[in-house]
Amino acid sequence: MIDMRTRPAQHSGAVTVVPGRLLSAAADTLAEHERRNGPVPWRGGVGPLLADVEAAGLTGRGGAAFPTWRKLVAVASGQRAVVIANGAESEPASAKDATLLAHAPHLVLDGLQLAAEAVGAREAYLYAKPGHALDSAVRAIAERRAHRWDRTPVAVVEAPPVFLAGEESAVIARVEGRAALPRDKARLAVESGLRGRPTLVQNVETLAHLALLARHGAGWFRRAGTPREPGTFLATVSGAAAGNAAAVVEAPYGIPLGDLLERAGVDAAAVGALLVGGYHGTWLPVEPGLRLPMSREALSRWDAAPGAGVVVALGRHECGLVTSARILGYLAQQSARQCGPCLSGLPALAGTLARLAAGERDPRLPAEVHRLAALVDGRGACHHPDGSVRMLRTALRTFGTDVQAHLAGWCTAHTPLESR
Amino acid sequence: MSSPTGGHTLHLNWTLCDGHGLCAELLPEMLERDRWGYPVARSGAATRDVPVPDKLIPYARRAVEVCPRLALRLNAPTRASAVR
Repeated sequence: MIDMRTRPAQHSGAVTVVPGRLLSAAADTLAEHERRNGPVPWRGGVGPLLADVEAAGLTGRGGAAFPTWRKLVAVASGQRAVVIANGAESEPASAKDATLLAHAPHLVLDGLQLAAEAVGAREAYLYAKPGHALDSAVRAIAERRAHRWDRTPVAVVEAPPVFLAGEESAVIARVEGRAALPRDKARLAVESGLRGRPTLVQNVETLAHLALLARHGAGWFRRAGTPREPGTFLATVSGAAAGNAAAVVEAPYGIPLGDLLERAGVDAAAVGALLVGGYHGTWLPVEPGLRLPMSREALSRWDAAPGAGVVVALGRHECGLVTSARILGYLAQQSARQCGPCLSGLPALAGTLARLAAGERDPRLPAEVHRLAALVDGRGACHHPDGSVRMLRTALRTFGTDVQAHLAGWCTAHTPLESR
Repeated sequence: MSSPTGGHTLHLNWTLCDGHGLCAELLPEMLERDRWGYPVARSGAATRDVPVPDKLIPYARRAVEVCPRLALRLNAPTRASAVR
């Protein structure tokens, strides 16, 4: 069983990569990048790129899928804007951002430059955890400086290796020089972020897509995906059903989950359930899970979303409650400890779920889990409690048979039912 | 529950709240306290921004003033921008 407290390998040697547009435009050196992709397609001022981004329909690839052009427009309308490339990737089950920074840093950095030009920013930051991927990006930045490739200087800020380090307000706090802790949000970051300035925080994958669409156009971008959800995305597929290894796979929006798993080399017959969206995501049973398209439209009916493309494939002989309890324990430990209901509630919730998962035969446990979930949901400055509760509630829904089984002293994963 | 409301909301800064409970004492119609002492909105799903019925606005203002942690803010109706 995959140890959920650790992350899939952060170096490409242990992550299988199935390339698409982004990673086939990868390059080891700036010279190779220029040969393969051409120079940065500067537009010459604030604004001209915005129409292309709007026409392309690019949305954020960091999880929230916010329309990128709307963020750009909001920041461009302010003064003294700042742009931040968010490569923190604090989700343990995600490896796509590290893969991008390791293999295609120039795409990410071109996107950062184009975003800075589009919003009139004179300050740019790359925020990422120390390691192989950041080393690669730092080398790329140095190369670009030596060849005067960039127009806006890029400063590197290290992210701490904690789950909430990639949360937007935590990113801004860290770049300001404070601790990477989420803040109470009085105003949107695009209006008032870093030291009160209009701030664009964009996931590194979003910036990589921007770098390519600026070169090839909105029409090109829309050739993949669906009309309402255009383009491709990077998925990270992992889990016991994936042989406890991680695969980073580029795929078009709308791809059925079963097809995505196949691209990642996962045998669908080995899958017991799917966690879509990472540790704050949604558990789905294989029926209809494997048939569902990776799109907001299709997944929203299941309280799920493609998010940052993270899919964990639970093995057929793994207990979903045990796995969920382990994840929830990690999430509780990763609380920023600023907000009472999260600080007090998540550990209580994790402890109660753990008792259920361990087979404690107390019939009051499920109701207590639900009561605690309701006390935690939404009651914090960030969405850590909300996301944790979503993972929990969908676990109880998807593994409902196991909840009853555990209370009766057995488990479906160890005594598989015929219908599974 | 269906008291007239002009759109004022009481914003809870969860990073500051310590569960002292003065707000729940001043606004018992709107707030109760959970098992750890933190305020819970009685009505609906409001968890960060609680709608304030017009007649309770003076009490909400008082709650903002007396909160020992300065964790409350009374927001006048806006055009739905800003607060996330």
